[in-house]
Amino acid sequence: MNVSLFVTCLSDAVYPRVGEAVARLCARYGIRLRFPDGQTCCGQPAFNSGYWDAARDAAKTIIDAFAESDFVIAPSGSCVGMIHHHYPALFQDDPVYLQKAESLIEKTYEFSQFFVNVLGVTDLGATFPHTVTYHPSCHASRLLGVKDEPLSLLSNVAGLRLVPLPYAEDCCGFGGTFSVKLPDISLAMAAEKAEHVLETEAEVLVGTDMGCLMNIGGRLMHEGKQVRVMHLAELLYEGVNSRR
Amino acid sequence: MSGHHTADTLEQRAKIALRDQFLRNAVKFTTKKLRTGKQTAADELGNWEAWRERGRQIRLHTIAHLDYYLSQFVANLRAAGGYVHFAADAREAVDITLRIARAKQAKSVVKSKSMVSEELHINQALEANGIEAVETDLGEYIIQLAGETPSHIIIPAIHKNKSQVAQLFSQVAGTDLPAETAILAGFARTKLREKFLAADIGMTGCNFAIAESGSIVLFSNEGNGRMVSTVPKTQITFMGMERIIPSWEDLEVMATLLPRSATGQKLTVYMSAITGPRRSGDGDGPEELHVIIIDNGRSRQLGDPEFQEVLNCIRCGACLNACPVYRHVGGHAYGWVYSGPIGAVLTPLLNEDRTKWGEVANASSLCGACYEACPVKIPLHDMLVYIRRRNVESGLTAPAERLGMKVFRLAASSRHAFRRTIKLGRIGQAALLRNGVIRAKWGPFKGWNAGRVLPGLAGQSFRERWSALEQELRDDSTEMSDEIRKRLQDQLEQRRKR
Repeated sequence: MNVSLFVTCLSDAVYPRVGEAVARLCARYGIRLRFPDGQTCCGQPAFNSGYWDAARDAAKTIIDAFAESDFVIAPSGSCVGMIHHHYPALFQDDPVYLQKAESLIEKTYEFSQFFVNVLGVTDLGATFPHTVTYHPSCHASRLLGVKDEPLSLLSNVAGLRLVPLPYAEDCCGFGGTFSVKLPDISLAMAAEKAEHVLETEAEVLVGTDMGCLMNIGGRLMHEGKQVRVMHLAELLYEGVNSRR
Repeated sequence: MSGHHTADTLEQRAKIALRDQFLRNAVKFTTKKLRTGKQTAADELGNWEAWRERGRQIRLHTIAHLDYYLSQFVANLRAAGGYVHFAADAREAVDITLRIARAKQAKSVVKSKSMVSEELHINQALEANGIEAVETDLGEYIIQLAGETPSHIIIPAIHKNKSQVAQLFSQVAGTDLPAETAILAGFARTKLREKFLAADIGMTGCNFAIAESGSIVLFSNEGNGRMVSTVPKTQITFMGMERIIPSWEDLEVMATLLPRSATGQKLTVYMSAITGPRRSGDGDGPEELHVIIIDNGRSRQLGDPEFQEVLNCIRCGACLNACPVYRHVGGHAYGWVYSGPIGAVLTPLLNEDRTKWGEVANASSLCGACYEACPVKIPLHDMLVYIRRRNVESGLTAPAERLGMKVFRLAASSRHAFRRTIKLGRIGQAALLRNGVIRAKWGPFKGWNAGRVLPGLAGQSFRERWSALEQELRDDSTEMSDEIRKRLQDQLEQRRKR
């Protein structure tokens, strides 16, 4: 069984601990992840900005890297959403890669999707005695339809008190290159999201996408707030370790 | 504030809006009310997804056969005694309108709400010809007095608060009016009543045009649409060429979707159906009815697989209320007639000057809330990306952006390039990094770090860490349970069968 990790470029370069948490959680179920290092980026920054040639080059590294995998897991609903929702359009004029893309789509899962829907595991045996609020990322929930999976994993964490985030479904304003091209609007959105997080008085903000968490976390840190920002996999891994 | 007209770029217009705390509070307050109302109305109705799908199918079908339904509509409208005019663009529509107005020796015109007429700048054209044009929708009246354009498809004066309205009305009244809704609305009612009674021409928009009977259907909440279409002797109706639906049965679906999506209302307060001019025995209605069917860039979308569906829009404004970008900057930042996600798509598509308008498609984080809110399921978030691609293909993007994308393309092209880029990045950030983050506020960090902190690249990337981690995991590994193995194998089996 070849189960592979698509670590995503952001987690690879900035948040390697997220990829590590996914690999260590999988190992607990006897799944020894592989890491085909031909992977670079799913191509979304270029795709969303309209540079489809550049996006295709990047996307091909992903398609080729996972050609032999039976399952691909990524700690990002956005990158998986890119594969699922946009690769068909990206390769509409390239029948060879279109077919390869379709086979990648079939086997690629966002982290919480893989645990809940593929493995059928909702209780990882974690303990995390903290107040936590959850930001559902737009691409995970709207492009990929991942809505209940992260919540069902969180609801089985012992000691965790989940506080609902007001206007949780509102975008945090990251939007990849959007935050670079229109930083003022992006910041206004991030500031509002951060305010909602603070309203919950949670100790921890958890999510399934490091892009959004980098944005909200960057705002919270700028404001000198002590909210801890974690990927769901990190939280669960810390939670299973504390129980040992 | 009417400074929005002078700013040339989306970014400049957005900056102006973001500095205007009155505007931001007003827009935030009203969009919150509207989207909560919509949610409640949809929940109360039940089966909302099925209604949306039905609405979508009606619109898809109509637009796919637009030539057929348009000619059916025109034939039926003519048979009912109406005059039909076709305008290829805004200029032609203005010319036709002025011709009719001159023939009627019109001195004054009253107008009910019409977004398509905003594309024509018809009020200015009338004024330039010595004809007074008065907006009679309360919101439109407010922004006409302010010399502005609508900042929302449904709520044109969404960016104004009560005291700003009181100021505007006080100037007209020549006396200080208090900022009380009842008094302000009462003033507008009295003032507009004079205008209705004196007007030579009534001008309306068109929410839906029913092909099977040649009827115009107007939705309104203030009753001004009914005044405009019954009191003056001549009526001119502006209609975007895609406003058609085949039948009255289809109207039922639209009348279910539109008010709920727009304002959370179960029903619009007034629904007027107009079939031809006044007939003998009719108590009211215009003696002459002219319908101007306007193309103005719409037919260019027909047959385009990526954009044809934008013609399905029923102008409810739900995508505006759902859009986080709109909620922060309001409508004027979009620069043209339509705002929010639908505006970010329509503006570059309907305007031929893409050098000026193409960038409006950037006004979205692509969060997909617009698609989720749309009662006819237009994939606006995808269309925005297609327009951006077209901008790139036409060389309309900034040199710095093109350079950035070249670097991205190179970096993401292979494992070696990717590794090298991360290494270079680490060298580059060394002087800036403090406690793992970058707080510099210049150059490439200016925008992000103006109110955020940027994390630095990790000391060791995941790919650099992998071989050690893999070793640790191997030493530490558990046997796979039969249950997990079975689940994985079952999944593979299912996939093979598909």
